[in-house]
Amino acid sequence: MRRGLLDIESLTRAEIEAVLARSKDFQPAPGQSFKRFDILRGRSLVNLFFEASTRTRTSFEMAAKRLGADTVSITASSSSVSKGESLVDTLNTLAAMRPDAIVMRHAASGAPHFLSRYLPIPIVNAGDGTHEHPTQALLDARTILDRRGTLEGLRVAIIGDIAHSRVARSNIFLLSKFGVQVVLCGPASLLPREMAQMAPGVELTCDMETAIRAADVIMMLRVQLERQHSAAFPAGEYFQFFGLRPEHVELAKPDVVVMHPGPINRGREISSEVADSQRSAILNQVENGVAVRMAVLERVLAA
Amino acid sequence: MSKLVIKNGRVVDPAQGLDRISDIAIENGLIREIAEDIDATGSEVFDASGLVVAPGFIDMHVHLREPGFEHAETIETGSRAAAAGGFTSICCMPNTEPINDNATVTSYIVDRARRFGVVNVYPIGAITKSSAGEELSSMASMKQAGIIAISDDGKPVMNARVVRRAMEYARALDLPLIEHCEDLHLSANGDMHEGLQSIRLGLRGIPRSSEDVMVARDIILAEVTGVRYHVAHISSQHSVEMVSFAKQRGLSVTAEATPHHFLLSDSDMPPYDSSYKMKPPLRERRDIEAVTQGLVSGAIDAIATDHAPHPGAEKMQEFERCPFGIIGLETAVGLALESLYHTGKLPLSRLIQVFTQNPARILSLDRGTLRTGAVGDVTILSLDRKWIYDVNQSPSKSRNTPFNGHRFRGGPLATVVGGRVIWRCGG
Repeated sequence: MRRGLLDIESLTRAEIEAVLARSKDFQPAPGQSFKRFDILRGRSLVNLFFEASTRTRTSFEMAAKRLGADTVSITASSSSVSKGESLVDTLNTLAAMRPDAIVMRHAASGAPHFLSRYLPIPIVNAGDGTHEHPTQALLDARTILDRRGTLEGLRVAIIGDIAHSRVARSNIFLLSKFGVQVVLCGPASLLPREMAQMAPGVELTCDMETAIRAADVIMMLRVQLERQHSAAFPAGEYFQFFGLRPEHVELAKPDVVVMHPGPINRGREISSEVADSQRSAILNQVENGVAVRMAVLERVLAA
Repeated sequence: MSKLVIKNGRVVDPAQGLDRISDIAIENGLIREIAEDIDATGSEVFDASGLVVAPGFIDMHVHLREPGFEHAETIETGSRAAAAGGFTSICCMPNTEPINDNATVTSYIVDRARRFGVVNVYPIGAITKSSAGEELSSMASMKQAGIIAISDDGKPVMNARVVRRAMEYARALDLPLIEHCEDLHLSANGDMHEGLQSIRLGLRGIPRSSEDVMVARDIILAEVTGVRYHVAHISSQHSVEMVSFAKQRGLSVTAEATPHHFLLSDSDMPPYDSSYKMKPPLRERRDIEAVTQGLVSGAIDAIATDHAPHPGAEKMQEFERCPFGIIGLETAVGLALESLYHTGKLPLSRLIQVFTQNPARILSLDRGTLRTGAVGDVTILSLDRKWIYDVNQSPSKSRNTPFNGHRFRGGPLATVVGGRVIWRCGG
């Protein structure tokens, strides 16, 4: 991670394991708040969000502050992007102020990869277009590990708009490296057949029950209407065929973990009963987001 | 009375079935004779020993960006790049600003080419006004002003009725219609070939079908109208098969391929490198094989570059914002030698044919051969010279190429236009 964190695909299993192990040190004890560290005292971080985000931006900010780093958060609307400045110029300008790293979210796939070729400072990808969201996959893995102890041999169903999901891509790459059986499920028009070749151990189905049967983990994806072409799927019957309801959960392993990267659309891709059930790990995911991002920032910045 | 004698070269002229060591004399801009031991007294002499002497190469698909985008390329810089690539004639697409959709713009290009072009420049006119795909352009007046074909290149004519009427009108003018085959609804703002790589990278895909359905539609309409129809930059397996089918039916259907489409696939692209972003996109291994096979079988008639200059700043953006296209004039001949000739797939005479006789035939140009009395356009090649492409030395104004630093075996050594040596390697 010398050059920041651009994606999961190019990481080794050992690199991922190191982050996951370290993030455990940063998890608060039950019922307590996060501890503060001064590992990154004197270090500065820019959070640059070109796309709306509440949880990821806040999570990175909290993570940085708990490690003692200084952070500045910038959103696209308040930056000079609206004045017609190119992305490279914007980043060069920020880089000239010598932050130690830039955390970046951008609507264009590959934007952080493109910038990392021109910028000397590390970039942490906080989500690029429909490509990857690496810290989401890391926090998801942390959450599964907390409940299951291992990833090896699990069956994980990822359900929703797979084609346009950066969360799905990062999770596919991560889970596959750990020998997880990954089942992708969604409307056929949002589930390109080539996805089965993305990584070893990936299978596809358009049938919810097939996907969920004997699953250890169910990851629901947000139906991202903002990324849809209108003709991609009949939205009116989505919940009936791809929304997660209590009867589905009964098909999975008894201790199945239900996850969602948020923000959830109750009644669109997940029912309230499931989202609020004991099996739901949705809030654990959010909590782990901070711990995992602390581990990532430490690796990127503490050199 | 200017005289040039090119001595001792291996003269290859597919139009005459000629391949032998010989001299060529060019006098007053025209080929005077091909013979052994031509007396060169009083002539400029070019020693072509160990080299191949061919008719001047023709690139039937370039973008010169003038008028309107002179920061990217001009007729002068583009034609200098052509000369440095061994091309003696280039055909420029109409997507300038203003678009070449009327005789005034055509005349402007012809005039600028006469004054600043170092090679022959043939304008191609738009099919529709502003290439908007709705009303037909003033094709007949443009033909009088000098266009040699029509195309809305960069855009397809999406409306089948419009393209049918254009074909009918163009047929009466004996103008070939060149289509950029892309169904825009299917390509849906895609950025690269749709397949495993686009899915991995989270980039929107341009499926093969966006090309194939247009090729199919146009072949049907070409049969209905009898137009001379040409597929620009063919890139997909099925499209090659359909062009082959059309030829078997005896239709006047031709196609060109670019070097990048028979050399590179989508998986050759370094992640999000816009030097690999063009339309049609780099496809997959089986398409590369189909395009190569099409050149071998004759289903594909010509190699063209689709030279598409874009200044650095435009290509230095988020991948999805970068414009499509790469420059190609200086690398085309070397790439063709590398992947078609040195691999034994295409004999030398066939390779030369797709750069000379065939594009001349498609466009009815009075060039592409070394027959006595023909225009003295000659391309002199080395089959084995080792060289490395340094785009920073390019006469082109743009630098968008995936082949910078590429090691070549063989390429152009000199370019002769109308009996004048206008470019020499290292000269």
